[in-house]
Amino acid sequence: MSGSQFSLLDGDVCGDERHLTIEDYSSAVPRWCPGCGDHSALGAMQRLLESEQLKREKTVFCSGIGCSSRFPHYLKTYGFHGLHGRALPVATGIKMTRPDLNVFAIMGDGDCCSIGLGHWLHAVRYNVDMVAMLLDNNIYGLTKNQTSPTTPQGHKSNTQQQGSYLPALNPLSATLGITNCSFVAQTSDWTPAHLFQTLKAAFHHKGFSFVRVLQRCPHFTAGIYQDAVRHPDNVELLTHSAGICEPEAEGLYKNHISHDPSDLHEARRLAEGGNGKFRLGLFFRDESRPRYNETRALPKYTAEEKIEILNAELDRYAV
Amino acid sequence: MEPEVLHCSEHTVEVVSDSGEGAQKCGQIFGSVSAKMGNGVWTVEIIPAEIQPPARNAAGASGNRIRIGTQTVTNWGDRANVVVAFNEQVLLARHRLEALAEDAVIFLEDMWEKHEDEKVRAEWQAGLEELSRARYRIIRVPMEEICLTVVDDARKGKNMFALGLLCAVYTRDMAKVKAQIVHQFRSKSDEVRERNIQLVELGVRWAEEHLPFRIQVPPTESDRPMVVMNGNEAVGMGAMAAGMDYMAMYPITPATSVSHYLAEAFHKAGGVVHQAEDEIAAVGCAIGASFAGKVAFTVTSGPGLALKTEFIGLATMTETPLVVVDVQRGGPSTGLPTKVEQADLLAALFGQPGDAPKVIIAPATIEECFHSMITARRIAEAFRCVVMVLTDANLATGVQPFPRPKLDPRWQARQPDQGPVPKDTRPYEWDARSGLSRRFIPGQPEGMFVATGLSHDEASRVSYVAATNALGLKMRSRKMAVLSETLKPPEVRGDRSGDLLVVGWGSTKGAIEEAVDRARAKGLKVSSTHLTFLAPMQPGLKEIFSRFKKVMTVEINHSDELNDPFVTKENRRLSQLCWLLRAHTLVDVDCWSRCFGEPLRPDHIFGGIERMFTKGGQR
Ligand SMILES: Cc1ncc(C[n+]2csc(CCOP(=O)(O)OP(=O)(O)O)c2C)c(N)n1
Ligand code: SF4
Ligand SMILES: [Mg+2]
Repeated sequence: MSGSQFSLLDGDVCGDERHLTIEDYSSAVPRWCPGCGDHSALGAMQRLLESEQLKREKTVFCSGIGCSSRFPHYLKTYGFHGLHGRALPVATGIKMTRPDLNVFAIMGDGDCCSIGLGHWLHAVRYNVDMVAMLLDNNIYGLTKNQTSPTTPQGHKSNTQQQGSYLPALNPLSATLGITNCSFVAQTSDWTPAHLFQTLKAAFHHKGFSFVRVLQRCPHFTAGIYQDAVRHPDNVELLTHSAGICEPEAEGLYKNHISHDPSDLHEARRLAEGGNGKFRLGLFFRDESRPRYNETRALPKYTAEEKIEILNAELDRYAV
Repeated sequence: MEPEVLHCSEHTVEVVSDSGEGAQKCGQIFGSVSAKMGNGVWTVEIIPAEIQPPARNAAGASGNRIRIGTQTVTNWGDRANVVVAFNEQVLLARHRLEALAEDAVIFLEDMWEKHEDEKVRAEWQAGLEELSRARYRIIRVPMEEICLTVVDDARKGKNMFALGLLCAVYTRDMAKVKAQIVHQFRSKSDEVRERNIQLVELGVRWAEEHLPFRIQVPPTESDRPMVVMNGNEAVGMGAMAAGMDYMAMYPITPATSVSHYLAEAFHKAGGVVHQAEDEIAAVGCAIGASFAGKVAFTVTSGPGLALKTEFIGLATMTETPLVVVDVQRGGPSTGLPTKVEQADLLAALFGQPGDAPKVIIAPATIEECFHSMITARRIAEAFRCVVMVLTDANLATGVQPFPRPKLDPRWQARQPDQGPVPKDTRPYEWDARSGLSRRFIPGQPEGMFVATGLSHDEASRVSYVAATNALGLKMRSRKMAVLSETLKPPEVRGDRSGDLLVVGWGSTKGAIEEAVDRARAKGLKVSSTHLTFLAPMQPGLKEIFSRFKKVMTVEINHSDELNDPFVTKENRRLSQLCWLLRAHTLVDVDCWSRCFGEPLRPDHIFGGIERMFTKGGQR
């Protein structure tokens, strides 16, 4: 998503003139559990806001309901902490009417992939210019340990005590399967530098940028990403000059897959996984896809002009 | 020989056909032309629920009722005086619904008598037999045969022939008829328009050659400019006049045509109809747009309203302005998609789990559909609340002329404030008396806050402190009290006191008033009043009610009949407004309701009023 490309309003008032620091973008102290991956995602996001010097008053974070959806409360920007599963419609309404705003949508896996699945897949197709971040801890955190669509098969939860019955839904494949998809990346909370670079690429992408963050929940799914955290061998990094280049991760992870993010076919194959490894990096990017917020941009008329047009409209119905 | 001329102050016409034969187009044009000539007009669509019901089927009757008058016409009347029917089955449907006057004049296509299919011939015979028991004057018309001289498929031409026939009977201004055809078929080719005009002329000629009578409903000369449209168009136009330019919706009958209209009009006037993936997304997008500075709106009907429930609660909680138009149809569930009902009142008011005070306005006429959108936008913005506009299928498709609104730039929403928020103001800095607070809009420096559906304090910080939650509840509710203070008591039509007061809301106003006027003419001490605001209620109701021995509501929703098995005074389920008024005033309000998937008829309401006098109503 690009920054404020054009301003809807005449006489746009400048907010912050000085250089803003991370503290300037921070609000309340996060209330997530110690070790929760959401802390890292928040840190990376604050770094992004700081490095891009985004105007706080021109930035909106939308979220649903869940541990992860507390996100906007910890940022000193505008925010809309709405309904479980419904961050995206609100974000869509905001961006469609206010193209000058930077819009982010933060969702959990229950939020995005279960109750909000319809909105998610349609948002991919609308390709409205925003960053959508899925904080995927493979579980319902806030409501205390219920199976989510991304819970690995066999993982025990309070609702599926014998272990999850179904194979987990793959959010990357789902996103890449939708027509008009334009940006799909995966990163993790334990690779903060890579997470930051991914958010940065997502922010600069014009269109709907879908970022799945593998997020640890020490409280309920402690072991889930352990293999990848402890043994870098279990991670495969997608690298490419057009992808996400981040030296720290490239040094840590020796398994590199050179993947051209313009190759949708290959992106889908890689997203499928198959060898049990976690793949981080940019799967797909295509800036040429039409963006609904631009196709449907609102023209500007003054009240007087509108009345003139309306009067002509009334003429058509005149007796 | 000069035809005999019947002079009438009002007349009711119906055109009925199988679905797809265009009776509705015929009726619409007849209605529009009559309005343009200066007649009072009210039209109602007769709509089958299915797109392609079987041919020659009573359930599939499709068409229009047009009531025209010398004065303003406020409802669809009692029974039709003149009918054009394309087959005997659709005519039987109207006959069985007692929709036709005893002495109705019926123009009936008679090709069925000699139809090749024996079954059709038998149906025709039986049908005419059944109809012969009434005293209708049936005039057979060989529509098919005549139309085939111009078109290959008479199913595509009879409606224009019928239009010509009616226009001749009612001596309509032919120049206006032709102009209206050109307008209605503006997206079609010249050839289509010309052929339609040719068919109309055939209808006129047939009438001239065969009919010994004409009907005169003289128009009233008026120099007041008028416009004529249906309720959904009026809602769309009202929204534009209010400066609302973002509408998110999901298609649902009978609300959808608002979006059809606006998709066309916004293209010129600047605006977006966003067809979302479902009703939940639609209202969510509207809330997003409102949060970002608009007053956005969504338009729906029963099942869609059900889906929007959670988001409407969120808009209330976050005090995000929102206008929701609910074009009521028959329910519950999918119910009767194309038919009128007034059964969403309580769902609109109490649909949200938790206490969610909101404003409910019910326009009673097409004109009010227009103006209520302007009022709704203003209230939603000034009070940071949800305003629901309850119209219904009757208003949605009904066509009525009304004085052309004088558009006012002050009706238009202003561009959102982007100036800095004054230091130390908070996003929910509720005025302790009024509960009102200043709205912060993204883009405003120093206004950064996070709207949340969780209980929050004045700074929008999440708070689980009981007192904070209690304060929020109180402040959101207080706004409704403040608004009610600005409202006027409803007017009473008729004497200010008497034996019976009839209370209505929404599209039934015209029919109720006509019925009450008749009752008064018969010497009954009846008056009526009509509520525009259902929440908050207009002031003074209890006092007005106290001047009448009895009060009853008249509504198009279900109420139990006292004589029915198991139904007692105690367990009787009442009409929706009745329930509300009893709670509101503690007056023992009674109700009369009729839920037949059609607008109320003055004669039926009159019957309800009479019963209230003779049997003391339900009590
Ligand atoms: C309509 C609705 N249904 C259910 C809930 C209860 N609920 C709140 S959060 C949540 C799931 C949270 O899981 P997830 O989205 O993965 O977020 P996390 O807490 O793991 O970050 C549920 C079921 C709700 N708030 N609203
Ligand atoms: S429960 Fe899990 S997801 Fe929620 S805050 Fe704690 S660690 Fe994070
Ligand atoms: Mg989760």
